[in-house]
Amino acid sequence: MDFVWAFIIGGAICVLGQLLIDVGKLTPAHTMSTLVVLGAIADGIWWGGKSLYDRFVEFAGAGATVPITSFGNSLTHGALQELHKDGWIGIITGIFEVTSAGVSAAIIFSFLAALVARPRG
Amino acid sequence: MSVAGKSKSKLKTTTFTQQEYQNLAKSNEPPRPVARNCLRAFIAGGIICLLGEALMKLFQTYFGFSEKTAGNPTVAVLIFISVVLTCFGVYDKIAQWAGGGTAVPVTGFANSLCSAALEHRSEGLVLGVGGNMFKLAGSVIVYGVTAAFVVGIIHWILGLGG
Repeated sequence: MDFVWAFIIGGAICVLGQLLIDVGKLTPAHTMSTLVVLGAIADGIWWGGKSLYDRFVEFAGAGATVPITSFGNSLTHGALQELHKDGWIGIITGIFEVTSAGVSAAIIFSFLAALVARPRG
Repeated sequence: MSVAGKSKSKLKTTTFTQQEYQNLAKSNEPPRPVARNCLRAFIAGGIICLLGEALMKLFQTYFGFSEKTAGNPTVAVLIFISVVLTCFGVYDKIAQWAGGGTAVPVTGFANSLCSAALEHRSEGLVLGVGGNMFKLAGSVIVYGVTAAFVVGIIHWILGLGG
C-alpha cells in the first residue's frame, strides 16, 4: 500500500507542477520555486507536535519526500528545529541542516560529471 | 507562449493592426494538450516516487536506516541516477516526454545542476562549471531559503511550540 500512495501522491504533485506550467503559463523555474515555497510553508503549519508536511510524509512516504516540495520542507524543518533549540539565531544556522544530503550530492555528482562527460543532445 | 503572456500587458501600447495580428496569432496557436501532459507527468512522476519508495524500503531493511533518516540516502541515489542519465543525454529525452513529471522530483533539480555544469564546461572549471552550476537551480534555493527564513521568523514572533 505504501507503494501505491507513493505513486499516486508523487504523481499528483507532478501534475500540479504540470498545471502550473501549462495552465498558469509559468516557466519550469517559476514552477519549481513555487513548489519549494509551498513545501516550506507546509512545514510551518504545526499542530500536535508535528507539521502538516510531516503528516504528509507519514502518509505518502517517498511520494512526499522525492518531489522538490520536500526541499522547502526540510529547509524550514532545520530552521524551526534550531530555533527551538538555540533561539532566534537558529533560524539562520539551521536552514541547511536537514537539506545537506540533496544539495551536497547534487553539487558533488554534477561537478564530477562535468570533469568526465561532454554535453549531449 | 511567453510572447502570448507578454502581449496582454503590452496590448495598450500597440496599434490596432498589431492587436489584430496578435489576436490572429493567438487564435492559430495550437492548444496545449493539457490533459495528455498531465497524464504523462502523473505517470513519470509516480514512477520516480515509486523508485524512491523502493530505495527507502531497501535502506530501511538492509542498511539500518530509520524511517526518518532513509530519505537522505534515497535522495542521494536518485540524484546520482539522474546525473548519470543527464551525462548520457537520456534524462532530457525522458523529460521531453514527461514534462513536469521529471522536473518536479528532486531528480529534476539534479538534472538542472548537471546540465548547466556540462554546458558551461568549455568556459573552464572555475568560471564555467563553478559559476554556472546554479544558473537554473539557484532560484529554487533562493526562494526555498527565503521562505524557510520567513516561516522561522513567524514562528519566533508567535512563539509557536513544536
